[in-house]
Amino acid sequence: MQVPRIKSESLITGLIKVFGYSAILFVVLIFYFLISEGFPAITEVSFSEFLKTRWYPIEDYFGILPLLVGSLVVTVGALIIAVPIGLLTAIYIAEVASPQTKEILKPLVELLGGFPSVVLGFLGLLILSQYVRQILALPTGLSALTGALLLAGIAIPSIVSISEDALDTVPKSYRDASLALGATEWQTIWWVTLPAAKSGVLTAIMLGIGRAIGETMVVLMVTGNAPMMPTGLSTLINPTRTMTATIAAEMGEVANGSTHYHVLFFIGIVLFIITLIINVFASTFVFRRKKRSERILS
Amino acid sequence: MKPKHSPARRNRTQRLGFFFLRLVAIVAVIPIIAIIAYIVYKGAPALSWEFITGFPSDGMRSGGIWPAIVGTFFLTMLCALIVAPFGIGAAVYLSEYAPDNRWTQSIRIAIINLAGIPSVVYGLFGLGLFVIFLNLGISILAGSLTLAIMTLPVIITTTEEALRAVPQSFRVVSRSVGATQWQTVRRIVLPQALPGIMTGVILGLERAAGETAPILFTAAVFFLPGLPSSVLDPTMALPYHLYVISTQVPGMSPEIQYGTALVLLIFVLGMNLVATIIRSRARARRQW
Amino acid sequence: MNTKNKIVTENLVLQYSDGTESLKDISLNIPANSISVLFGPAGGGKSTFLRILNRLNDLANVKQVSGKATLYSDTGELLDILAPDLDVTSLRRRVGMVFARPVVLPMSIRQNLTYGLEAAGERNKNRLNEAVDRSLRQAALWDEVKDRLDDPAVDLSGGQQQRLCIARSLALEPEVLLLDEPTSGLDPISTGKVEASLQVLKNNYTIILVPHSVQQAARAADYAAFFLQGELIEYAPGKEIFTHPTIQQTADYIEGRFG
Repeated sequence: MQVPRIKSESLITGLIKVFGYSAILFVVLIFYFLISEGFPAITEVSFSEFLKTRWYPIEDYFGILPLLVGSLVVTVGALIIAVPIGLLTAIYIAEVASPQTKEILKPLVELLGGFPSVVLGFLGLLILSQYVRQILALPTGLSALTGALLLAGIAIPSIVSISEDALDTVPKSYRDASLALGATEWQTIWWVTLPAAKSGVLTAIMLGIGRAIGETMVVLMVTGNAPMMPTGLSTLINPTRTMTATIAAEMGEVANGSTHYHVLFFIGIVLFIITLIINVFASTFVFRRKKRSERILS
Repeated sequence: MKPKHSPARRNRTQRLGFFFLRLVAIVAVIPIIAIIAYIVYKGAPALSWEFITGFPSDGMRSGGIWPAIVGTFFLTMLCALIVAPFGIGAAVYLSEYAPDNRWTQSIRIAIINLAGIPSVVYGLFGLGLFVIFLNLGISILAGSLTLAIMTLPVIITTTEEALRAVPQSFRVVSRSVGATQWQTVRRIVLPQALPGIMTGVILGLERAAGETAPILFTAAVFFLPGLPSSVLDPTMALPYHLYVISTQVPGMSPEIQYGTALVLLIFVLGMNLVATIIRSRARARRQW
Repeated sequence: MNTKNKIVTENLVLQYSDGTESLKDISLNIPANSISVLFGPAGGGKSTFLRILNRLNDLANVKQVSGKATLYSDTGELLDILAPDLDVTSLRRRVGMVFARPVVLPMSIRQNLTYGLEAAGERNKNRLNEAVDRSLRQAALWDEVKDRLDDPAVDLSGGQQQRLCIARSLALEPEVLLLDEPTSGLDPISTGKVEASLQVLKNNYTIILVPHSVQQAARAADYAAFFLQGELIEYAPGKEIFTHPTIQQTADYIEGRFG
């Protein structure tokens, strides 16, 4: 009775170990494939060509700059809206709302987080862009602004949930100490609770940035898909094109193995690296975990 | 010591401040309700038996969306079958078996990075590895594999959280009466973590069902004469269908567009609802 | 009085992974069928010592345990507790442990009791039920739960839960029972019940107890060892050590001059 059990125990332990290492394997695989399909782009197109400002692959113009800038403009625009609204909403839910209100608001925000982005893009196309067109007197409503507005809607749920969790984790004793010194709840929020939750809130914002930069369908559907370099203030109301939209729109039409094909993979590498940097930043802020030994002996 | 501001003034600041916060929260939340209500309002008229179970006709302008529904269903199911064992297995390893060292740290970092990769990059990866290199072609299998890798980090992190929530004292007690590591995991830790694990899996699948970019180059086609006959066939899918009929088909009736959006929404939010129910029922029945 | 020894440790030293020494050179003979008490102020190494005896310290990040610890089993064999290839699951069934906070598994009362036996491979329903019966009576809990064995164990009171934990260990018919401050969270009546059942249990088992007060130590001990900051200061029969301690530090602690 003993021996078979020991054998199956080590079998299962081994199997579980295999699963554990598979995560590393997949990251390596992804990196490898992106590089192997994207690297030829560097040899086929000179690096200085990438830094040009014209993206017109049909005539061999592979300037990535307008795409990078497009992603940047739309993301920054989204964050300007999403961070204040998201953070303030999180503060409201965590610190001010009654438990019943909290029970309603939290699931509601999570609901928005689960929305398929194509549905938001669809609504943006049919409704939001019409409003933008009318209010700003533009030829179409497809612009960087429309994209930024919708992206804010995508980023807000992430920012709200994670910030709210971070605020909830602040020990009650901090608040009690502040109130006991005569501060109001309002003052406690801004001087004690929020600073204590700083790292969690920063993580939330980083993840919001990640979601905004990585979003494809929404920007594909409402930003007008015209790769243009910024021209001052009117950038926002002009159409634009992001890196993600470029990949999605053009991948279906390229010949396998062509230069255009390799360049699209190259853009994928750029995206991968950008989100990698953001995630590394975010993970350095993540709360520390107790080591298993501490948990056992305590 | 005389305070600089009178209590009355500080209270007024607080009341104004709270009012402002409440306003912002409403601004953030009302659109959610409005969106759902609007889609239901405009899409419900399109929902008929023929719409849900019929095939499209007249270049998608009329008829039903059954093949898209079936496609999304199969993609999601196959994705679940692939990702669940890997994700839960990896999480069990990290939570219960992995030593606290550099290797384990690097695995966790790898997972966090996987989680942040844009869905379109997963689509590229799926194209390169599954469609081209493994020669699966544009197929349900390639699409499901791509979706599975995309969903993997979410499943691993939520499962690990669920496992860690089980009190350590249970494990110590179990080992102290002579149970092995695996017996402890199988008989106590996993059963107690199960509701949390299921919630995580369902929420991960919810995202997989609604994403367009990963299946764009790996599984989805706009039109199929019939239903796919094997996993090596391409398929129609709801998110992709909605994308195409709202951007590339002239003369499309808004009703059908809203109807398609509504069906997708029901599919996705239905999963959300199931997950929420599982989570709250488990919380009530917890024995610790 | 020539009493058989149950557990003998020689020069036991335990070092944590960060270098701090938790136990320094512990040599102790634990006699069979008696209550041996390990007492002393917090941080003395008593809990660590207990966890070596059932190899529970394997679960934590311990750098090194050196020395020797031997179990004189009822079957006649001598078990080297620290041997790396020792079957620890079997050891833990022979050396049971009760913890300071009652930890009942999230199952029914009956399942809590049969858990260890089922993990060992026991499937026979009769033997399982017999174990449930026997262990509950030995832990003085039978009368209070005999009608609700299939109810969740969390529904029991604190004192009942702790007696259930004792019963859970007894179900495996161990040779040694280790108890780490078993009554620290309990009211005086439950404490009294536990102490009374220990006096009965010692006839069939060897008991090593870390008490939560000097008074409990004095009430319960047949033999007592005074631990101070990882060292064994004094070890003597209970009647002697609490009335005439031979070492000054022991006397100081017993009389409350520090703690």
